Amino acid sequence: MAFNLAEALSSIQTQADASDWRDAIRLAGAGLVSGGATTAAYTDEMIDAVEKHGPYIVIAPGIALAHSRPSPAVLTGGLSWVSLATPVEFGNKANDPVTVVIGLAAVDHDAHLQVMRALAGVLSDGPAMERLRTATSSDEVRAVLGELAAAAA
Amino acid sequence: MKIVAVCGMGIGTSVLLKMNAEKVLAKLGIDADVEAADMGVARGAAQTAEIVLTSEELAEELGDVPAEVIIIKNFFDLEEITEKLTAAVE
Repeated sequence: MAFNLAEALSSIQTQADASDWRDAIRLAGAGLVSGGATTAAYTDEMIDAVEKHGPYIVIAPGIALAHSRPSPAVLTGGLSWVSLATPVEFGNKANDPVTVVIGLAAVDHDAHLQVMRALAGVLSDGPAMERLRTATSSDEVRAVLGELAAAAA
Repeated sequence: MKIVAVCGMGIGTSVLLKMNAEKVLAKLGIDADVEAADMGVARGAAQTAEIVLTSEELAEELGDVPAEVIIIKNFFDLEEITEKLTAAVE
């Protein structure tokens, strides 16, 4: 069986409410913190990254990959998953509005490649993403990710 | 051929872009070395690379480099990456 992305998710929130893109990133950051992946400082670093480099983290229609670089605020590294009840504008010309925010923290540039490969597989699967976008519980998200990993075996 | 996939931090989007670009290059039968880089590293690497892959926002920030800069809108749209890489290589 291929790597199950659910195993890398330190937190899953579905149909959450965010008033703007900063709020949406804060939810993803809180998920990393609650899972022990990062300290709260990393959440600010993810917001700073967008302020510095623009909303390029919206890498595909409706999907934002919130992240910053390896730093002391990264404890173990990990991923968090947030789907939004109401889509939020990040200011990305091609891919707004955002309905799924994935928080990513890595301890270095190489440790998370297996996770990234699994993530790339999930994000490029349109029908699966539609199910993940509309999922209303973390169990439902885990179930879809588990099916994908089994199918990719 | 040397290709650089650029993002702000060098751990997230550029890694995903590199993975998808490698898939496309393998299908096209193009022998290329794809490197994921953050903006700082990329400014140096882009001096010796033939192609830079990045997003619209970051292309503006990267500024003028000798490499051909290809802007990818959807990092998971292999057709978009295939089309743009094919056009650049020809």
